[in-house]
Amino acid sequence: MLKVNNLKVNFGGIEAVKGISFEVKEGEIVTLIGSNGAGKSTTLRTISGIVKPVDGSIEFEGTDITKINSSDIVKMGITLCPEGRRVFPDMTVLENIKIGAFLRSDDLSNDIERCYRLFPILKERNKQLAGTLSGGEQQMLAVARSLMSRPKIMMLDEPSLGLAPLVVQDIFKIIQEINDEGVTILLIEQNANMALRIADKAYVLETGKITMEGSGKELLENESIKEAYLGKKK
Amino acid sequence: MNGMQFLQHALTGISVGGCYALIAIGYTLVYGILRLINFAHGDIFMIAGYFMIFSFAVLPFPIAIIVTLVLTTLLGIGIEKVAYSPLRNAPRMSVMISAIGVSYLLQNLATYLFTAIPQPYPEIPGLKLRIEIGNISTSFVTLITPIITILIVVGLLYLVNKTKMGMAMRAVSRDYEAASLMGIKLNQTISFTFAIGSLLAAVGSILYFTDRSTVFPYSGSLPGLKCFVAAVFGGIGSIPGALLGGFFIGICETIIKAIGLSTFSDAFTFIVLIVMLLIKPTGLFGEKNIDKV
Repeated sequence: MLKVNNLKVNFGGIEAVKGISFEVKEGEIVTLIGSNGAGKSTTLRTISGIVKPVDGSIEFEGTDITKINSSDIVKMGITLCPEGRRVFPDMTVLENIKIGAFLRSDDLSNDIERCYRLFPILKERNKQLAGTLSGGEQQMLAVARSLMSRPKIMMLDEPSLGLAPLVVQDIFKIIQEINDEGVTILLIEQNANMALRIADKAYVLETGKITMEGSGKELLENESIKEAYLGKKK
Repeated sequence: MNGMQFLQHALTGISVGGCYALIAIGYTLVYGILRLINFAHGDIFMIAGYFMIFSFAVLPFPIAIIVTLVLTTLLGIGIEKVAYSPLRNAPRMSVMISAIGVSYLLQNLATYLFTAIPQPYPEIPGLKLRIEIGNISTSFVTLITPIITILIVVGLLYLVNKTKMGMAMRAVSRDYEAASLMGIKLNQTISFTFAIGSLLAAVGSILYFTDRSTVFPYSGSLPGLKCFVAAVFGGIGSIPGALLGGFFIGICETIIKAIGLSTFSDAFTFIVLIVMLLIKPTGLFGEKNIDKV
């Protein structure tokens, strides 16, 4: 469904992504794990058209989307739920949900209901300003907002960042639910443990290069991954 | 000053204030979306005056008004495209310097093309009609300016808060990247904001110059600065703030002139700026920052 070929991206004067290739198949949960500065966020931002690559190509459902602008990429069914949530703090929860459907002009009520079903807390708070929500609630809002564009593939950038462990579990449960409803997921995480557990396919990114790939389970059991990312003592 | 005289001056003040408010909204809108003080805004207002003079000379007045509004709007969009849009990723200071450059460019271009001699502003039929209410004598334009201003502000608030375009404007003003991820087109939204700001400057220009009767290349600079003060006073970024600021500066200025201190009326405006920056830098309705993580 989504194919990245030899992607090279510069960010802040350095080559942050040094020629990576990976593939996301329809219906899968794919994760890129790696430490800070490995180039994970840059990869996702490039796919969503915010950053332009120096070299390489991105293909979505057979079309080359490397040079397409971010608005058309959203229209094609790719959405990015950005790092740090980035909800609009001075809009209400409901407005934030609606803005996720900015490019749609059809009736939104079913989709809004679906968001409320996935995240009941958002229904309770729908008139509250998004800036007053807790971190976990903001993350839920960010996911709900991304869903409103009816994506075929949803990219999530560190959804667990700065959240309490219980909230992280909730978020991951919902990511799986969304995947079960037929949305393909591309997830990047520093919380490798959680990510690998739900992933069908995983790639390890180190300083701009893919150093390992395999199914989530394989990587979870891999000794060097355990040492580097899962906190196992030597 | 007796009550009647006071009313008379207050009415003039409200009218001037209405014009100021229309220009101040232009500053506030552009600041809201680009974090840029568009120093060329006062000069766009001045050029709108010339557009009116020339279009009025060859066209019947209703069409001349429309032509003025359209040309000024296009001028605003054009300036953004040429002078600000290439600097989208540059530091804010560069964009501001570019704005100052555009301001001087417009002033000098006007001097070069139209000379520094004040040109008579055309009289739009009906607008200068004298109206007597009791002992107060005023012109039609003085009466309708605040009404037009308030109608425009109501319409604008509806646009910003209730429509999709307004939603896009608010999103872009908060977070460029998150807005793009929603599929909002940045450049289109920014152009639209400049279009609205310039359109309001053109309306303000028609009302203002009808009362003043002449236009010269620098007739936009002082009103421009005053309206900037009005926008800061009301809280830059806030539309109701700009409205209130415009009326406040307009009324105070007229009253100060009326009590015989004309020399100080401009100084007063800038004292307001200094005092406001000292006690409440965000202005009356300045942006509330919700910082919760």
